Amino acid sequence: MKDKIRTAIYPLVTVAVLVLAWQFAVSEFSIEDYILPKPWLVVTSITDGFRVGGFVGHFWATAEATVLGYVLGCGLAFLIGVAVAESPTFDKFVYPCVVALQSMPKVALAPLILVWFGHEIESRIIMVGLICFFPMFVNTVVGIRQTDPELLDLCRAFSASRRYVFFNAKLPSAAGEIFAGLQIGVVLALIGAVVAEFVASERGIGHMIDSAAVSLTVSNMFAGVIILAVMGVIGTATVRFVERRVVFWEGGTVRVNLEQAS
Amino acid sequence: MSRTATGVENEAGAVAPAPAILSAENLSLVYPTRRGAITALDALDLSIRRGEFYSLIGPSGCGKSSLLKVAAGLLPQTAGTITLDGSAVTGPRREVGVVFQRPTLFPWKTVKDNVLLPAETLGLDKTAASARAAELIGLVGLDRFAENYPSELSGGMQQRVGIARALVHDPEVLLMDEPFAALDALTREHMMIELQDIWMTTAKSVLFITHSIPEAVFLSDRVAVMSARPGRIVREYEVGLDRPRDLATMADSGFAALCGELRGELQFDL
Ligand SMILES: Nc1ncnc2c1ncn2[C@@H]1O[C@H](COP(=O)(O)OP(=O)(O)O)[C@@H](O)[C@H]1O
Ligand SMILES: [Mg+2]
Repeated sequence: MKDKIRTAIYPLVTVAVLVLAWQFAVSEFSIEDYILPKPWLVVTSITDGFRVGGFVGHFWATAEATVLGYVLGCGLAFLIGVAVAESPTFDKFVYPCVVALQSMPKVALAPLILVWFGHEIESRIIMVGLICFFPMFVNTVVGIRQTDPELLDLCRAFSASRRYVFFNAKLPSAAGEIFAGLQIGVVLALIGAVVAEFVASERGIGHMIDSAAVSLTVSNMFAGVIILAVMGVIGTATVRFVERRVVFWEGGTVRVNLEQAS
Repeated sequence: MSRTATGVENEAGAVAPAPAILSAENLSLVYPTRRGAITALDALDLSIRRGEFYSLIGPSGCGKSSLLKVAAGLLPQTAGTITLDGSAVTGPRREVGVVFQRPTLFPWKTVKDNVLLPAETLGLDKTAASARAAELIGLVGLDRFAENYPSELSGGMQQRVGIARALVHDPEVLLMDEPFAALDALTREHMMIELQDIWMTTAKSVLFITHSIPEAVFLSDRVAVMSARPGRIVREYEVGLDRPRDLATMADSGFAALCGELRGELQFDL
């Protein structure tokens, strides 16, 4: 527990130092607020923004599109990944296409998605889903395929059904990779949401940053970036928290009972 | 107690005194690979009697694991027949329990659930299987670890879980592929004695693959020596040492003589 607190404190020290340096630079070189606002000004824009400036609405708009798109994209990626890993037919027909699509920059599709799905939340959800689909898909396929062949031989030797093998051997073997996909997905989902908001939306943190740029309220732009960073950190931490509980047998969580083992 | 070890070579075509539980006739296995065909087994004959502890020893790469996989129904042979309990092996069979060189446990299952795997896959009665699993876990000395995960056990303990698992559905035949190869010398000796105990209480027929001569002699009723690839059985030895054998058996002159003879046969082929 003490260690945990300590590992949380070290990066906070770094942040504090950076903020101090920022404050120092701004006052030392008398930089104007519309170029680089003082840290304090950014803090007040965040608090004011949440109290009266409509940040709450922006925050929820982004959160909604991100979460829904993430669940949709990752869920579909998982299902199609399972199909590809389990069926040679799907593998032959689908896998090469998906891998080829993967190298395309998905954000380039944003205007097209807009044309097809309009300016409402649907477009943003689809943008988010599309962008977090690929890593999740590839990780699911790779994870299932890297199941220890000897474990599979063993299952076969004991006449295990395909269903048994999938749920008891392949899926747990792939869990680490799948969670890695979910982890990357969180970050990509936010990127997708912000890009979609830049392009089209009237709401969301991305839109807020965009309009702050137009009116040159740089402190609001900083506020937006910081809010997004916090959302990313919360999302990633949530995935990691769930992972540690689900994939308990991997990495560092081994509960060795020395008294018993002796 | 008289301990006499006599290496008796079986004449080809000698009639086995008890009916065979596992037999191979003219068995061949060829792996087609990109760089051409690899003949792992070539016209191999073998016959294991019911209740017998039969060891197979040979240089590495001679086809021992391949033979075990064919016997387990995991790999189809290229030619010849392999018969288990009177009928040809065409796929995995429930009369068989397998133990690989690595423990091959499910890291996400407790010891007990690992042991229960064959009971689940073969759809055995849950209550009976659970009681039997508990009994076997006791037999391999892991009572206190039934609810632990494999990563919390030592290599030797993990291998014992694998042995208990192979027995939970009460198979006729136990196929073991170098199960103690990864263990340190002391643990290995313990495991040999334990396996003998288990074999004597459960009365299984065992095909035991090893590359350790003392291990083969200590455990077996018969030891077969395989040639280098393509694998054939060049000679079989009866081990006439009294049971139960213990660590003192290994200091016995008959034991040493038989080990020496086997070593000579193996070197001849290397
Ligand atoms: N899946 C495979 N594909 C091609 N060759 C193989 C395969 N498995 C084993 N072999 C070859 O067959 C021979 C026998 O292998 P194996 O049965 O594992 O020997 P052993 O268990 O006696 O060490 C070796 O030369 C090995 O390289
Ligand atoms: Mg081998």
